[in-house]
Amino acid sequence: MSGTIKDLLAGPVKVVNIGLEGFEAELSQQGVEVVQVDWSPPAGGDPKLADLLSKLGA
Amino acid sequence: MEAIEKANALTIERILTSDPVLIDVQTARDVVPGLKDGMILHAGPPIEWDRMCGPMKGAITGIAVYEGWASDLADAETKAAAGAFEFHPNHHFDCVGPMTGMTTVSQPMLVVENRTFGNRAYCAINEGLGKVMRFGGNDAEVLDRLRWLRDDFGPALGAAIRHNGGVELKNIIARGLTMGDEMHQRNVACSGLILRALAPALAETATDNAALAKALAFIAGNDQFFLNIAMAMGKSITDAARGIEGSSIVTAMSRNGTDFGIRVSGTGDAWFVAPVEMPEGLYFPGFSEADANPDMGDSAIVETIGLGGFSMGASPAVAGFVGAGSASDAGNFTRAMGEVTAAESPEWTIPAMDYLGVPTGIDIRLVVDTGLAPTINTGIAHRKPGIGQVGAGVVKAPMGCFTQALTAFADRMGVS
Repeated sequence: MSGTIKDLLAGPVKVVNIGLEGFEAELSQQGVEVVQVDWSPPAGGDPKLADLLSKLGA
Repeated sequence: MEAIEKANALTIERILTSDPVLIDVQTARDVVPGLKDGMILHAGPPIEWDRMCGPMKGAITGIAVYEGWASDLADAETKAAAGAFEFHPNHHFDCVGPMTGMTTVSQPMLVVENRTFGNRAYCAINEGLGKVMRFGGNDAEVLDRLRWLRDDFGPALGAAIRHNGGVELKNIIARGLTMGDEMHQRNVACSGLILRALAPALAETATDNAALAKALAFIAGNDQFFLNIAMAMGKSITDAARGIEGSSIVTAMSRNGTDFGIRVSGTGDAWFVAPVEMPEGLYFPGFSEADANPDMGDSAIVETIGLGGFSMGASPAVAGFVGAGSASDAGNFTRAMGEVTAAESPEWTIPAMDYLGVPTGIDIRLVVDTGLAPTINTGIAHRKPGIGQVGAGVVKAPMGCFTQALTAFADRMGVS
């Protein structure tokens, strides 16, 4: 592990969580400061719809 | 795709440059193109008797008695089941109707003309609150009120509107937004403004003081009086934006209590349909979710033009009334709908959101991409016929409508 990463985890951790809210909830319960970003994959993760969307310019 | 962006820009231009004016009240038989005896127009996409929900069946039996097509409710039900009446969506006849959305030949219809494009749209007069036909009510009190609307109030209102030279609606909406209305579940400001606009003309055209007093009291006593005017206005605007090849903008969202349907400008007259969802909301004392009918009505035409749930930020009081959260949460609904719309209205703005324009022009691509379903503010009907409204809430348009529409739109654009 590099020094930079060690330093990052040595002090209080601040987390930005993107997507699944379960990770945010678990960390919050342990007193970790978390910013939750409401995100889901395009078209709910449906690859066919996502492909259509990319071709339709969305 | 450049073709889609150009088509959408034209669609948005048509929506934003529309000039809707309330010009008259006329009998449906005389003004609704193609409407005939024995036809019953209903809210939502096409549906047959067997699949209709309780309040829709209740309203149909009631309107058949009102029109003299059946001797009583039981006779009307027998005839409806036997195929004696033709059922069609309001949307196929330039009409809209709230909740069950009954439109038949003898009803007085509000007439809104889109003066920019010359098309007209129609909606019956709002009956008031409580036990009313739009929520499936069908007893003598409900039918007597409809007869009074037909014989007395409708003709009086039409005379006043004509005497006034019509009522321009865009300004009323702009002012209503600054006064806390979102024009779906809160119309108290716009109902007051239309009363103020028409009271002198009602007085000048009245021939009987008692009838005038009753007409004024009816408008003043119904906070939702303006809803049906807003709906006809919405229909007159979205109809002007229909049929633009290459446009991915939604031109109708509508529900019949069983199915939710949408139409898209670039896919012709096709409906994209999925099962309706159940509103989440607050119930009147004595009622609960167990009593509720699923989502219903053509009234989502107001969300289609950026009002209702899309303008929740203008109406914190509605956020509380429909159980959608605190006053400070109201703006979040509007911001979310900004993620799925192509434009902001320059004329309809929300003071409490730094005069943000209402989110206008739902793009099916953005809905499917983000997974953010359009939010609709709605009344909740009892699931059994004849009872009426039991609450109000918020409901999401089913994502299935938008994924189907996207697939059909892509096919039409030659994309696979």
